[in-house]
Amino acid sequence: MADTASQESRVIPYVSAINEGVREVLKEQEWSFVAGEDVAVAGSVFGYYAGLLDEFGPKRIVDTPISEKGIVGLGVGASITGCRPIIDIMFMDFIGECMDEIANQMAKMRFMFGGGVKLPITVLTMAGGGQSLAAQHSQCLEAWLAHLPGIKVVCPSNAYDAKGLTIAAARDNNPVFVILNKASLAMSMEVPEGSYEVPIGKAAIRREGTDLTIVAISRMVHEALGAAVKLKELGLDVEVIDARSIQPFDSETVVNSIKKTNRALIVHEAVRFGGIGAEIAAQIQEDAFEYLDAPIMRVGAPFCPVPFSPVLEQAYMPSADSITRHVKEKLEL
Amino acid sequence: MKEATDQVLKELHLKMVRIRRFEEEAGVMQENNKIPGALHLYVGEEAVAAGVMQHLSKEDQITSTHRGHGHLVAKGGEFKPMYAELFGRSTGYCKGKGGSMHISNMELGMLGANGIVGGGPPIAMGAAFSNQLRGTDNVTVSFFGDGASNEGSVHEALNMAALFKLPCVFVCENNGYGEFTPQAKHQVTVDVADRASGYGMPGVVADGMDVMAVYEAAGAAIERARKGEGPTLLECKTYRFYDHSGVRGFGIPYRTNEEVEQWKQRDPITMFEARLIELGVLDSKQIDAIYEEVDADIQEAIEFAQASPFPDVDELLDNVYYEES
Repeated sequence: MADTASQESRVIPYVSAINEGVREVLKEQEWSFVAGEDVAVAGSVFGYYAGLLDEFGPKRIVDTPISEKGIVGLGVGASITGCRPIIDIMFMDFIGECMDEIANQMAKMRFMFGGGVKLPITVLTMAGGGQSLAAQHSQCLEAWLAHLPGIKVVCPSNAYDAKGLTIAAARDNNPVFVILNKASLAMSMEVPEGSYEVPIGKAAIRREGTDLTIVAISRMVHEALGAAVKLKELGLDVEVIDARSIQPFDSETVVNSIKKTNRALIVHEAVRFGGIGAEIAAQIQEDAFEYLDAPIMRVGAPFCPVPFSPVLEQAYMPSADSITRHVKEKLEL
Repeated sequence: MKEATDQVLKELHLKMVRIRRFEEEAGVMQENNKIPGALHLYVGEEAVAAGVMQHLSKEDQITSTHRGHGHLVAKGGEFKPMYAELFGRSTGYCKGKGGSMHISNMELGMLGANGIVGGGPPIAMGAAFSNQLRGTDNVTVSFFGDGASNEGSVHEALNMAALFKLPCVFVCENNGYGEFTPQAKHQVTVDVADRASGYGMPGVVADGMDVMAVYEAAGAAIERARKGEGPTLLECKTYRFYDHSGVRGFGIPYRTNEEVEQWKQRDPITMFEARLIELGVLDSKQIDAIYEEVDADIQEAIEFAQASPFPDVDELLDNVYYEES
């Protein structure tokens, strides 16, 4: 589908960029619709569907019961019969309610049916902590999804990508999860009007450097950039890569960077054990072992649920400070 | 609803015979180790698939269960690609990627057998939502069992289908067992259809061994859905003559031979054939000829399947994703 993005950019927040992305999709795709809990009248609890009900009507902006199995099943059934659904799972934590529909139906259907079907389904869902929403409304579970052959997983870290990846996801003929971040909703930047795609499967270099590559996911990109400033003061020139897409993962950009910097750190907000950082580390040692001057480092959440109390949550979440501390310690700066 | 014509009666009979013979031969092939994996056979339940599918066009959709061959045969599935799929061959409906539990064909509106109990109803509800949104007059029928009726997914699908007044029919094939557990040990409910009132949709119980009873009840439910009046929960009381999986299964003593024999006295095909003869629609010679013709098709299809190549190992990673060509 043709892009309509003009040269005109405005500074808008992440939350509005999601809204614009969905709006562009609804305009260009006849049988696209949004379905989920409180997406229509309420415009979602996060506000990113605001105004869409008025513009596109209740047949295409559909409030559903609180029934995640039903909602995802609705998306699967509609996507294989001529529609292009945008399915909203309000908090990513709720995928536990519909993991069969995701893992056993959506992800595998095309393969199981020998290619006899396609599933152009987009799932928007909200991840991340930092707002005292505690253990069941704060998780980053991208690794659960990236482990499933058949679905794609993207994690926009900023407003430009939130819009462009939403459009790319909806134009893709595969199931794509767009994992949003609730602590990023107010972050603003220049975003073009009209439609454009951010390609799925391409990482972005957010800061160039020569001494250490940090691969970060979603909001951790900003924490990594903060750490890069602090580490620069200590004489370490850090390159920051925004993974953007987890599945497929852009190993090439990461490996090329490490060939230059010879050191690697992966940062994500998800629990470190079994997180996607472990996969990325494995890929780096497989493809760039001889370029490494130091063991691959990982920063992630400790092996515990997301706590409620702000003091505890702050201790739990990786930050620019904790990234900096980790690098200083490991590299003995 | 219109009175069933002789032609309809003959089609109902043919559907059931085609399912029965397909399944019996599949069972033989599995016992001879020609078919790998699990095989959940539909023998005994033929009246349900035949009676429901008689009302559906190719464009109407169904979702099926792990016991799904009968649904596909009744929906117009051809023996050759069906057997080829069970044999794991590249000429199968799913190119050997799915097998018995995932057999499907989109052109026939068969949205898939499903290895997950309760997997189908949410997908059927979504297909019905799509039919409604796109303004087609197609209906989606979801088959599931008494065991599946205890899954949360079925509850969510029924509630949403009723709420959105979707063109959908939920057909509970109550064969009395959730795998090896009898219905009385897995739910207090006797008639699954009773649950319909909780969703605000009609609940109907039909004798699943009587193809005309299924035909009439399904006809009313499908017509209602097609007219935009919303979903129905239709429960068909039926029985599997074979075991949960395979012909003789694992030898688990969960039901008595007496019980099986008692149900076989109400074999849906035998009963219907007696009725057809009585009505003068078919005579026994014509019935024999039907079996001969079906058997010839089956033999040809099995030969085709066995002569078909296995999938090329290079195709392993094909169709994990849709790729733009």
